[in-house]
Amino acid sequence: MLVFIVRRTLLMIPQLLLLSILIFFLAKQMPGDAVTGAFMGKPNVSAEQMEKIREQHGLNDPWIVQYGRWIGDAVRGDFGQSFVHKQPVTQLLAGRIENTIWLSVATLVVTYLIAIPLGMIAGRWTGSWADQFIVTYNYVSFATPVFVFALLMLYVFGFVLNWFPSGGSVDIRVEEGTAEYVWDKLKHLVLPVLSGSLLLTYSTVQYLRNEIIETKMKDFVKTARAKGVSENVVYHRHILRHSILPIAAFLGYEITGLIAGSVFIETIFSYPGLGRLFIDSIMTRDFTVVTALVLISGAAVIVGTMLSDIILRMVDPRIRLG
Amino acid sequence: MEMELTNEVLRQAKMNNQSFLSAAWREIRHDGMALVSLIVLVCIVGIAYISPFFLSIDRVTRIDLSSIYLAPSAVHWLGTDDGGRDVFGQLLLGARNSFTIGVCVTLLASLYGLTIGLIAGFYGGIVDQIICRVLDFLMILPSLMIIIVFVVMVPNYSVFNFILIMSIFAWFGKARLIRSRGLAERELDYIHASKTLGTPDWKIMLFEMLPNLSSLIIVNMTLTLAGNIGLETGLTFLGFGLPSGTPSLGTLIALAKNPDIVQNKWWVWLPAALLILVIMLCINYIGQAVKRASDARQRIA
Repeated sequence: MLVFIVRRTLLMIPQLLLLSILIFFLAKQMPGDAVTGAFMGKPNVSAEQMEKIREQHGLNDPWIVQYGRWIGDAVRGDFGQSFVHKQPVTQLLAGRIENTIWLSVATLVVTYLIAIPLGMIAGRWTGSWADQFIVTYNYVSFATPVFVFALLMLYVFGFVLNWFPSGGSVDIRVEEGTAEYVWDKLKHLVLPVLSGSLLLTYSTVQYLRNEIIETKMKDFVKTARAKGVSENVVYHRHILRHSILPIAAFLGYEITGLIAGSVFIETIFSYPGLGRLFIDSIMTRDFTVVTALVLISGAAVIVGTMLSDIILRMVDPRIRLG
Repeated sequence: MEMELTNEVLRQAKMNNQSFLSAAWREIRHDGMALVSLIVLVCIVGIAYISPFFLSIDRVTRIDLSSIYLAPSAVHWLGTDDGGRDVFGQLLLGARNSFTIGVCVTLLASLYGLTIGLIAGFYGGIVDQIICRVLDFLMILPSLMIIIVFVVMVPNYSVFNFILIMSIFAWFGKARLIRSRGLAERELDYIHASKTLGTPDWKIMLFEMLPNLSSLIIVNMTLTLAGNIGLETGLTFLGFGLPSGTPSLGTLIALAKNPDIVQNKWWVWLPAALLILVIMLCINYIGQAVKRASDARQRIA
């Protein structure tokens, strides 16, 4: 087990390295560098002066030196300056990351709250009308693009029925720190979270349903039944415990979907998180922010996948590395 | 007598071999939802593709500032958009463009996926190891973000570039799938026999291995077609898809980024949103039926 963890962690290092090199070259291709950005709108700086400053900042060094400096700074949490917002990128991200984390955590929690009961019902009463309904829902949620669904949710619940606020993360009129503030934040989360999680349930429901159908034929379940254990206990204790553990491990794999989803959902609900910051930055050609965001998302996925692999292996030792 | 029997067996085997498409068709016919989906999809795509015969593209895409955001009426069945263009006409044009691009991306991605997957599956061993490691890495890239960055950076951005960029990030899963089936296939006698006879590797891959993976590939292509159409419209919605001037279903929905339009001018975006939903559901239902047909144990028919 320890060997596995060490090997899996070591595998992450070349992945992170490759990711950062790829993004570094992508960033180099983007128009404008730190110097042109810093002197934007100052026409009295001549080309020679700019060249001199470039030399001072080491922008004419060989790429490997520049890469080393860039990644060194990034690891220490310094992603350079945002041209548009005129402040360090790290500061900009810090202001937004909290919202995205809340959104993601809430989305995941709600996804499991919906998916686990649905999967259990569908698996236990296979072929019933409830099962057919759940299977149909699963088809639909798999096929629906997140931006279409989020817009429909916004239109129906945000505008037509007017049950929930249609955008933002909190009403500007409520005071920070009060109970009302928390309540208002939660109210703003409802629609974005539901839009995301109602579509994310697919894999969990599918997996749990198949697992339960398979497990209920197994010998240990028959034994339990033969001993006279009640049907509810068989399902809740014996079968569920057997089937639910791997689901916890899928958490890390969901991160990719969460990141892509957050770009759409935050745009539609004008929710001030990292996904929206990404779209705004790329619209305004604020490339230092874009680079930082791609790097952070990529790293998050790599770390998440690693954690999932390790947890899955702990739960089920039969699983081997690729 | 014996001769006849052998012939009969051969004929049977041949029939089984050719019958994937007919099995798929049988499966679709026996699944009510899939049949309805197929009919609806054929209607939508058919109408979208023949629309140029009764609808001039010039008229649909011409900007008329005197009639912006008109509500639905007898003249404009679904009203007009921000440029005074007829929404119904835009919808047909958009459906055609989105579908065409979805198909192109799927075909291109399949081509890459097939090439890499067949090579990894056929050679196995160290080649397979290397390809797998690279695929592992590519699959965890935040591809949506990277596609957007590419779209913004590419000079002389065009529809063709867009298809190319999207397809570059759409083949990893396919390569994986074909590789794993290829690995199983390469252990089978017919491949060994062919190798012994001295058939060149590329011929075995292309003419012997590939036909045996065809059902798998068709299933995968149907299912990913829906995903690719979704991704294209999604990117266009965000503003990083089709260049302006080429309407997609996403173009109309993109107008809904303005809350006023979401709330008060539903005819601009709602039909396009529902049309995407219907197209995606139809393709997925058909895809599921085709998938069942490819696995004899799951067939309903």
